[in-house]
Amino acid sequence: MAEPLIAVRGLCKSYGGIIATDNLDLAVSRGEIHAIIGPNGAGKTTLINQISGSLRPDAGVIRLEGRDITALPPHARCRLGLARSFQITSIFTDFPVIENVALCVQARTGHSYRFWRPVGDDAGLNARALASLERVGLAGRRDHIAGHMSHGEHRQLEIAMALATDPKALLLDEPMAGMGPEESARMVEIIAGLGADHAILLIEHDMDAVFALADRITVLVSGRAIASGPPDEIRANDAVQRAYLGDAGPDLD
Amino acid sequence: MAVSLRSGVTLGVLAGFAALPILTELFDQPYYLDIAMRMMCLAIAAVSLNLALGFGGMVSFGHAVFIGIGAYAVGIPAYYGEYSGFIQIPLAMGAAGLFALVTGAICLRTRGVYFIMITLAFAQMAFFALVSIEEYGGDDGLVIDTRSEFGGLIDLEQTATLYYLILAALIVSLYLVRRIVASRFGRVIRGAKSNDERAQAIGLDSYRYRLACYVISGALCGLAGALLGNFTGFISPDMMDWTRSGELIFMVVLGGAGSLFGPVLGAAAFLILEEFLSSLTIHWQFIFGPLLILMVLYGRGGIDGLLGDRTGGDRHG
Repeated sequence: MAEPLIAVRGLCKSYGGIIATDNLDLAVSRGEIHAIIGPNGAGKTTLINQISGSLRPDAGVIRLEGRDITALPPHARCRLGLARSFQITSIFTDFPVIENVALCVQARTGHSYRFWRPVGDDAGLNARALASLERVGLAGRRDHIAGHMSHGEHRQLEIAMALATDPKALLLDEPMAGMGPEESARMVEIIAGLGADHAILLIEHDMDAVFALADRITVLVSGRAIASGPPDEIRANDAVQRAYLGDAGPDLD
Repeated sequence: MAVSLRSGVTLGVLAGFAALPILTELFDQPYYLDIAMRMMCLAIAAVSLNLALGFGGMVSFGHAVFIGIGAYAVGIPAYYGEYSGFIQIPLAMGAAGLFALVTGAICLRTRGVYFIMITLAFAQMAFFALVSIEEYGGDDGLVIDTRSEFGGLIDLEQTATLYYLILAALIVSLYLVRRIVASRFGRVIRGAKSNDERAQAIGLDSYRYRLACYVISGALCGLAGALLGNFTGFISPDMMDWTRSGELIFMVVLGGAGSLFGPVLGAAAFLILEEFLSSLTIHWQFIFGPLLILMVLYGRGGIDGLLGDRTGGDRHG
């Protein structure tokens, strides 16, 4: 089997006495959507922060396409093809939508020590930015000031910005957070569309979305993976039922 | 579309500066020419600070140090008999840029209040270094007896010539900042100010871009210092005192941080207020202080904010 795009081995992170990541192994291949579920405080976002590089693990190795990226800063990992979206919307609020995405394209294509030519007229950047916006269905909002849009649109913009860096692997931190059912359904469609040509690590509380999208699910409790497997297996797993899904869990039939 | 209020004000103020020497000549009021020259020099400094502060989000509390370096880069060569502006001006911008590079490399590793304090600390170091150098007058400063010479091309001993050189430098500075802000580089700078975590997550090493921005800002402020030194004919460490840095910040905020022309309006308003109030009473700072506080509290967007909404993103008026 081909080497996984993202491979995490023996990852550990703790804050004082609290263990956020406990000797975690994880692999995501191209064309695979790997969902991480678990109760609040299970260490899901901490995990994404370590893979994306904004948090340094205490121990363990993170590889991207076989290359050890554990010590690289976030911007370097992004340039190698690892992009993330944020749980709490993180955009350039005072920029128009198209510029939010164009800056991501620009970051990826390299040349930002250009001081003279107006960037707004750069047709190449704008065309690629627009392509990303189209993929998430935001092309019609291109000239809106990003901060003025709705929450659902912010979530879509998050994805478009991650896409614009032309990644091989995507880390999506609760892309459906705070969305209504219609917006969620739309986001499921968008993510399913991306699944084919990316390796996606998805953190999500919306179980309907997770079971609709994921090829593989890992259940995280107190930083430890208590189960990992295809959705059907996870659904039938007793330990998972007890530890997480429980009686209050979603209808898994 | 008709000319917007903002561009109207911009053109009006610049035209006013351009016409002033004729008016002062006509009404025999050379004093106003002096105020205008000082105003324009400080406006260049404020425009340069605005590049770092307004567009880059770097609140430098030591920007007057670059004015001082620029002025001493005219004064010290002149002290040794070197009057060529072709040497002094590049020296002023180069030395200020170098100082920005070295100190910025350290300062920019910090954020927020720490950044403010450490830029202040470096400026104070330079201040006390110059105070201690007796050779160049120490505390008492240095008289520049001859203005920069440009090989007979222009003669700065003619006050009007110096005046128009400063005005030209101001216009060039504005144009430069306008181009930079709207460029690829400028977009990165504005993005890193808007959301640095995101900027890094999309692959931008924002530290380097900020540093480059800080260096450009410092070099431009060095130019302001070189011109100011030529104008006053007297330089002293006092030019880089921390209160001067504070005044520069105030000019930027008063005029409208992150607007292209705001700092010029801020510098003008600052000097006019100072001039007017000090003519009323010797305790003018009692009025000036509270006035500044009120403006910062209630004057959102500064004077520029009164000229209507600014469009975000690449288009800066």
